[in-house]
Amino acid sequence: MQKFEKFSGLVAPLDRANVDTDAIIPKQFLKSIKRSGFGPYAFDEWRYLDHGEPGMDCSKRPLNKDFVLNQARYQGAQVLLARENFGCGSSREHAPWALDDYGFRVVIAPSFADIFFNNCFKNGMLPIKLAADKVDELFKAVEAKSGFALAVDLVQQTLTTPDGVVYKFEVDEFRKHCLLNGLDDIGLTLQHKADISTFETKHRASQPWLFS
Amino acid sequence: MNAQTLYDKLWNSHLVRTEADGTSLIYIDRHLVHEVTSPQAFEGMRMANRKPWRVGSILAVPDHNVPTKNLAAGITDPISRLQVETLDANCAELGITEFKMGDIRQGVVHVMGPEQGATLPGMTVVCGDSHTSTHGAFGALAHGIGTSEVEHVMATQCLVAKKSKTMLVKVDGKLGHGVTSKDIALEVIGMIGTAGGTGYAIEFGGDTIRGLSMEGRMTLCNMAIEAGARAGMVAADEVTFEYIKGRPFAPQASQWDAAVTYWRTLHSDDGAKFDTTITLDAAKIKPQVTWGTSPEMVLPVDGIVPDPANITDAVKRSDTERALQYMGLKANTPITEIKIDKVFIGSCTNGRIEDMRAAAAVAKGGKVAASVMLAMVVPGSGLVKAQAEKEGLDKIFIAAGFEWRDPGCSMCLAMNDDRLSSGERCASTSNRNFEGRQGQGGRTHLVSPAMAAAAAIAGHFVDVSKQ
Repeated sequence: MQKFEKFSGLVAPLDRANVDTDAIIPKQFLKSIKRSGFGPYAFDEWRYLDHGEPGMDCSKRPLNKDFVLNQARYQGAQVLLARENFGCGSSREHAPWALDDYGFRVVIAPSFADIFFNNCFKNGMLPIKLAADKVDELFKAVEAKSGFALAVDLVQQTLTTPDGVVYKFEVDEFRKHCLLNGLDDIGLTLQHKADISTFETKHRASQPWLFS
Repeated sequence: MNAQTLYDKLWNSHLVRTEADGTSLIYIDRHLVHEVTSPQAFEGMRMANRKPWRVGSILAVPDHNVPTKNLAAGITDPISRLQVETLDANCAELGITEFKMGDIRQGVVHVMGPEQGATLPGMTVVCGDSHTSTHGAFGALAHGIGTSEVEHVMATQCLVAKKSKTMLVKVDGKLGHGVTSKDIALEVIGMIGTAGGTGYAIEFGGDTIRGLSMEGRMTLCNMAIEAGARAGMVAADEVTFEYIKGRPFAPQASQWDAAVTYWRTLHSDDGAKFDTTITLDAAKIKPQVTWGTSPEMVLPVDGIVPDPANITDAVKRSDTERALQYMGLKANTPITEIKIDKVFIGSCTNGRIEDMRAAAAVAKGGKVAASVMLAMVVPGSGLVKAQAEKEGLDKIFIAAGFEWRDPGCSMCLAMNDDRLSSGERCASTSNRNFEGRQGQGGRTHLVSPAMAAAAAIAGHFVDVSKQ
């Protein structure tokens, strides 16, 4: 997994609550057996005017000019700003894969659905929960200023606006450690192989029917 | 010892280790696998030269891409076919038990697992699918996980997790005629919202829940994720044991009594503390119909579509406006005046035998309205299909003008050929009414099987509690 380093990124505002993972990456693209290549189909039904299918050359497809990510001022955005309950619905990890492949490293929202939130960390992405009024401030700030970028510092757990306003955010210690060091969960867990085996032996003895 | 919740008991009995910040390793007993969220996990294992920790814990089935007619012809879409073939190849290579297409045991993963007795009380169950919460109906701790976690569980038999908060949804009283566990689920989601359960494990309790069949309990736990809760659960009891007994993966006769003795402890103790408790009076719940693009946008069938002009919160108002526009609905329309184009009865929410019976009871002797282009019934598994046919339900459906299909996820998420065209309106027994969920531009109204069948006959929503 790539390490999460300090960066400053253009912010794109997606002013909707309950953005679900079906919207982030529609089902027809889930037929792929790969982890990569989902970026061009991120938000497919909102982003294009035609119906998307896997393998299409998206550079030739008609864009929905009304969709925020298609506006010139948000091209190259690395930070996505959204409303409550972002990433709800299906557990598809294709959603963070698509956002990552599109270029987003950070999603900021007042709340996230649990599975999506978890999936982000497994892919070197940082979902940040900020209070709804702070998110609202950011929506206004992004709207007001073209090229609005946020400096994201995971070590300090801060977001800094171009005007120097600093927002502190919370993050699990363990997840922060994994992101900063680009650590693979499986490798870490396997360091506790002996504990797992000990547990399993005991578990098998008490509930043998689980192992038949 | 302090009084424990069911969730506490399940968590504690699977805890391998906990770090200082609460991050824990939880041992996983059952790993269900389908074709969509597993190929990248198998590939990851291969690249890291890792083997599954305990192959016997894994049970695989293709369901999302499977066609529901002309099954013998196979999958025509080459990309879909490759995904199913990839599952077959991965399972064959690693010796994983798989119920392939054509096997009578094949079906929607969350129908198949319980049906096989592969979901047992006291288990931890995971699957790369958010509706894994279904299995909590057995007094199990069941989570949906992402593909990285699928790989993690395969390689380590553990999940990295932090303990959730607990919520008790207590439902007491007698459900009215025609009101089902689907309606309880939608009522709860309407109350607490689709993020109301985020961070929680929900236990459904109270005498109404005790009175539900296993099928009803599965429907309820299935929908816990639509309230934002990764896990839903119901305490194990005689209904649970009766359902499990004799199923292929159930404990052998020699272990049965010991298992049941343990399973009887799988309930929340008297006086156990929940972080949040919600109470509902079953008698007041009416048949539910969603009107919008999120399961929380739901009303009783005698309700009227909301008017954004009456909503003060700006974000809520614009969400409502957008939902009405997408759904092609006018504010203040009575739900019963909404006409439908298609009907889908099936899915991991409502594709079990009891659902087939409930829909057939309404369909019996009727005719699908001429204005309804397609009314399809998709049994949740080959075994559900066989049982329904044994009971003659297929004949009732076909006589009434429904299509009787082969098992699969079908139009719940429309990954196979079963989908809505843009602008089509569907009464669906599935779990999500998101934009585009059943096909780009398709409009989904979530209802119970009886409500879906009644809508098929009438051509619009009707109140089955009045029939």
